[in-house]
Amino acid sequence: MATTTVNTPTMRTEALGWWANLRWTMGNALIITRREVRDSFRDWRIIAPIVILTFLFPFLAQFVAGQFVEFVAGYGAELIGERTIPFLLMIVGFFPISISLVIALETFVGEKERRSLEPLLSTPLTNTELYIGKTLSAMIPPLVSSFGGMAVYLGSLVFGDLAWRPQPMLVAQIVILTTVQALVMVTGAVVVSSQTTSTRAANLLASFIIIPMTLLIQGESAIMFLAPDAESPAGIGALWAIIVGMVVVVILLLRVGNSIFNREELLGRTIDSLNIRATVRRVWRQVRGVDATGAPARSLLDWYRRGVLGSVARLRPAILVTIGVFLLALVAGVIVGQREEWRLPLIATGSVSDMPINLSQYLDISTQTGSFRFILWQNGRILLAAALLSMFTFGVAALVLTPAVYVVLGYLFSQVMIAGLNPAFLVAGVLTHGVIEIPVIVLATAAAFHLGSVVTKPPRGLTVGQAWTAALADTIRIAIGLVIPGLILAAAIEAYITPRVVMAVLGG
Amino acid sequence: MIEAVELTKCFDEFLAVDRVSLTIPTGSVLALLGPNGAGKTTTVRMLTSILAPTSGWARVAGYSVIEQPAQVRAHVGVLTEQHGLYERMKAVEYLDFFGRVYRLDATERRRRALNLMERFGLTSALDKRLGEYSKGMKQKLALVRAMLHNPPVLLLDEPTSAMDPLSAKLVRDAIIELQRDERTFLITTHNLTEAQSLADDIAIIRNGRIVAHGSFDELARQFVGDPVMELRTAAPFNGLVKDIADLVTVEDAGDTWIRYRVPDPTVTNPALLRRVAGLGVDVVTLAPVSQTLEDIYLQVVKEDEGGAANGNYNG
Repeated sequence: MATTTVNTPTMRTEALGWWANLRWTMGNALIITRREVRDSFRDWRIIAPIVILTFLFPFLAQFVAGQFVEFVAGYGAELIGERTIPFLLMIVGFFPISISLVIALETFVGEKERRSLEPLLSTPLTNTELYIGKTLSAMIPPLVSSFGGMAVYLGSLVFGDLAWRPQPMLVAQIVILTTVQALVMVTGAVVVSSQTTSTRAANLLASFIIIPMTLLIQGESAIMFLAPDAESPAGIGALWAIIVGMVVVVILLLRVGNSIFNREELLGRTIDSLNIRATVRRVWRQVRGVDATGAPARSLLDWYRRGVLGSVARLRPAILVTIGVFLLALVAGVIVGQREEWRLPLIATGSVSDMPINLSQYLDISTQTGSFRFILWQNGRILLAAALLSMFTFGVAALVLTPAVYVVLGYLFSQVMIAGLNPAFLVAGVLTHGVIEIPVIVLATAAAFHLGSVVTKPPRGLTVGQAWTAALADTIRIAIGLVIPGLILAAAIEAYITPRVVMAVLGG
Repeated sequence: MIEAVELTKCFDEFLAVDRVSLTIPTGSVLALLGPNGAGKTTTVRMLTSILAPTSGWARVAGYSVIEQPAQVRAHVGVLTEQHGLYERMKAVEYLDFFGRVYRLDATERRRRALNLMERFGLTSALDKRLGEYSKGMKQKLALVRAMLHNPPVLLLDEPTSAMDPLSAKLVRDAIIELQRDERTFLITTHNLTEAQSLADDIAIIRNGRIVAHGSFDELARQFVGDPVMELRTAAPFNGLVKDIADLVTVEDAGDTWIRYRVPDPTVTNPALLRRVAGLGVDVVTLAPVSQTLEDIYLQVVKEDEGGAANGNYNG
């Protein structure tokens, strides 16, 4: 066989260090970014709003600010006028970045629709390089416009008639907020775009991004007007909290985006039409089966052994994370309980002698049955809410909602210890049913966490949709096989047995 | 060289490509034929490492499509089904962009772009926006893009589909020239004449499965039988068919012509000509009746449908 004399392009080699690798990745990403930005700036439909929002809108905002300050000053409400100025700065910054959503949808799904993505996917560029390149290209033009608009607005206020002297940290906060909001919209748009094949579908789904962002802007506006620390040189605390929260969202969205921005997903998947009936059938087949393919169980024992325990085995990392968070919640409760202003006025004598009498009133059968129902309902709805909210928060809600109980538990434990009481009754009150309830709640929380977080990094070889439906099947299988029976048993023990054990410990 | 073994791709429960095995030696052309939705594009995408095979493996230009996707993509030039150009860019910018992606230096980018544009008759359109290009020009530019980094393997999906006859010939000539230069080609096409003229080997894919694979002669022999010869005489003849019955089996005959099928014309035809001359019949021509790829393709499809109808089909 003859040898070829073909020149091959320069390739990244394994021998490169991390710095050289990073430079290579960014170099390739910026090739994409340069092309896309140049393309965007050739489109008058993008240029026109950018020019208007950068050079005309700030002057309109400055005029409105001036008029408003003058108007409210006439009624002795100078404070409202003063606080309108930074609010309008935020608006001047936000309007241009809303374009980032349009550009992001255009650069991702638009390119898919025009079929110009496949030649790009046929090149040696990695998924990450494509993702970074396109994300930057969607962010740069709107951010340039946003920062430009804010500079024009600030300039007109500082050097104009109002001679406004802004709090530097507040200005910094608004600039950071604008940047992270752009990041949230673009990273969210990538997630939306990579799952659709038409700009129409992408635009419709974009409401899932624009609606929460609009609500957030409203919240930020209210904070800027009402925050007691609005004049603080350290900036507004609530805005810092929002920035931190948004950064977390960006990190999660980046993870999701990076995991679904791959060649397989881009060319193979679409959620333009959802076949709910087929999905439900597939999930139910998996639930009844013993694995992700839906292989049927030979018996109930086989379903438990291979199906349910298989699901539990797949949850191992999530279970470890959940246990860690629960322990942290317990410790946090103890720490909170140490603070003077948070202490409970417990019995100074250190005696709990009247507790058996108090508990004895819960020992009649109708009260216990009511307690049983209440406990079951309470635990069930919290876990259900955690699972549902987890799906929309990449798993975060699961690790916030259920561990809250353990903060309370840690807090109560610290109060008992501080009061000098014997904690045995508390331990008995928790552990009697807790030996069942705690593992069940850990398991349910881990399943809910996994259900929400699996989309951020689907297992190798699975698409986001496949990974999610498999996680849903695991969650339902665990719920039917372990959580529901466990919760019933734990609630029965808590209602009928725990009070007697506590009374026995107290010597009642 | 391209080597694929048992390449399979499933999309959820849909089997798009079913155990496709192919070998395309260096410097040869394989034409992959099949109806729309047969699995041609999915096969090409797997060979480009855009889609991961569900099972099976392939090596392209010496690299594994599963373990070395970036190397595979660096060594193949792909013409996609839809050319997918950036319409607001000029050709010169477009090629410069892809040259950068392949990490060619500025001088090399420019040199290769100009050479290829000249070869395909596009030099005068270098500074035109791609939105102003005709369909055929876009197709040619997409080919230029695929060849820009001088890849040893080219995977071309319908390379001449939108072109006028002259442009199509330019592309075919370019393929032949590159083939001489040891490039390996996989071409998917519906143009059977083009496939017959360009390909060393032909594979026919239906419902994700290769149903026929071999050289044109091999396929012709396998699916439409031995070559058919036609003998034409100067004047009508009587009793000739009977007189040559021991040499050939005549399939069809007219006043001045007969058609017969022979497994080895080089042995049978001289003997036949001697016999006919001995009978005093003047021969005007003796030539093979051309079998086309279309005949083969239609026969393959017919047999495959028959197999499927009889329950033998595994697709």
